[in-house]
Amino acid sequence: MSDRGLTTVAEIHPLVPPLRTEPLSSVADSATKLFNGFFECSLGIFSWRVLTAAVTPPYEGRELIRQLDEVGSKSLPLVAMAGGAIGVIISLEARYSLTRFGAKSMFPATLVYSVIQVMGPVITGLVVSGRVGAGMGAELASMKVTEQIDAIEASAINPYRLLAATRILACILMLPLLTLATDACALFTGWFAQSLVEPLSFHQFITSGFKGAAFNSFLPQTFKTAVYGLIIGLIACFQGMRTRGGAAGVGRAATNSVVMASLFLILADVVMVKFILVFFP
Amino acid sequence: MATTYDIATKQTEPRKDGSVPVVAVEKVYKSFDGHKVLNGISLRVNQGETLAVLGRSGTGKSVLLRLIIGLDTPDSGSICIQGQNIAGLALDRMGEIRKKMGFLFQQAALYDSLTVRENVAFPLEHHRRDMPKSERADRVRKLLVEVGLDGDIDKMPSDISGGMQKRVGLARALALEPEILLLDEPTAGLDPISSGEIDELILKLQRERRMATIVVTHDLHSAKMIAGRLALLNEGDVVIEGTFEHLQQSDIGFVKEFLQQS
Repeated sequence: MSDRGLTTVAEIHPLVPPLRTEPLSSVADSATKLFNGFFECSLGIFSWRVLTAAVTPPYEGRELIRQLDEVGSKSLPLVAMAGGAIGVIISLEARYSLTRFGAKSMFPATLVYSVIQVMGPVITGLVVSGRVGAGMGAELASMKVTEQIDAIEASAINPYRLLAATRILACILMLPLLTLATDACALFTGWFAQSLVEPLSFHQFITSGFKGAAFNSFLPQTFKTAVYGLIIGLIACFQGMRTRGGAAGVGRAATNSVVMASLFLILADVVMVKFILVFFP
Repeated sequence: MATTYDIATKQTEPRKDGSVPVVAVEKVYKSFDGHKVLNGISLRVNQGETLAVLGRSGTGKSVLLRLIIGLDTPDSGSICIQGQNIAGLALDRMGEIRKKMGFLFQQAALYDSLTVRENVAFPLEHHRRDMPKSERADRVRKLLVEVGLDGDIDKMPSDISGGMQKRVGLARALALEPEILLLDEPTAGLDPISSGEIDELILKLQRERRMATIVVTHDLHSAKMIAGRLALLNEGDVVIEGTFEHLQQSDIGFVKEFLQQS
């Protein structure tokens, strides 16, 4: 009440400096506000909130299964087709180059190593980034702008647990499995393309391709895609859940999710390739 | 000292039994991007009481509700729910307090991928996992009967009207049997008949459940009908608070103008 009265006096006499209407304890409040502002903007803090929500009960098992289906089963046809196409492309390119250098017998091993170590993981990551990243980003952004996420929070449900943790975990779990599917399809179509030109049994192709290979040659490359899953899920959820600004905001969130997830995925691959070469020689 | 702040405090004083107000907002400030929305607002609501918060658009009415349920945090000041200051509470601790509150959003904010039934069942499925499935289904049906929508139980939110969506939102807000009900513009955008029906429904719920209710509205007629006490906001603070008659008797220019225009 007095604040109001004094402010009125200051307005009447412009030479009197306007009095602060906020309490003096606002130094601490301002610090808190600054901190909260930083926290709200930070991907690190978002990740921390998701992590703490994910490891504390109650667990959202049903939503996780729904997301596993959404990320896994529904991406399967797409990654299978992408894998199939990659297999044919590598087969055609490799056969031409190997024939030129007189190393045609190396064809099965070249295809196997190219697909499993390099192309399969990256292509799976990029395809899932496009489908799942955009979908999650847009879905969560739409929920945010229509206050559905606020409604979840108002219903005393932790949205980081229900929406973000389940989606990110589903991406982490599904990416290696989808990568295996991509690899399988790529190897099959690669062999098929080769066998049309030069008959070769599938058994012979596989035996020759995997000859001398150890688990270390393939497992780290396949399981590194769990990190791709983390990147895709985290970025899509972060972009979606901090959206503002109606339909334009939803569009921005979807675009940013795909662009940033794809970019970070490739950058992460650079680091992980080096890491794998050092620790799994 | 000249002031426009005129509060009929008698109705908000602590009761003789020493119990604290169910909702107590004390000197709350809130700004967005440097724009001051709430300017030291104070309000109290007791159990079984309905307070209507009125005011022009942009005076911070909806922000006030979001602060009370913890969706936003005040820049300074305190908000106490049943005596517990909610400022700075962790999300899960805040969740325990939110279970005692029901919130109806201005646009209903129904989950668009769920049916009417699933929307109402949503809080129950997360917080009453111990309750048998059949009992949960019964409660959902009863709530939808209460809001007059039991015939539309399997429809999607996009297949029902705005008024019906608000009813579903209200049923969802009541699912956990809250002690505090927050309603953000429950009649906005509705035709007079639907508005009247929503008002009747709120009154009926009030009689039966004795919740502490805060209704944010532009609709003076609705506020007069459902609330025992009205608070008129201007520039982020309460200009006057009291019964409708108290507002009518006020000499404050803004109050007179608001009543004339409404």
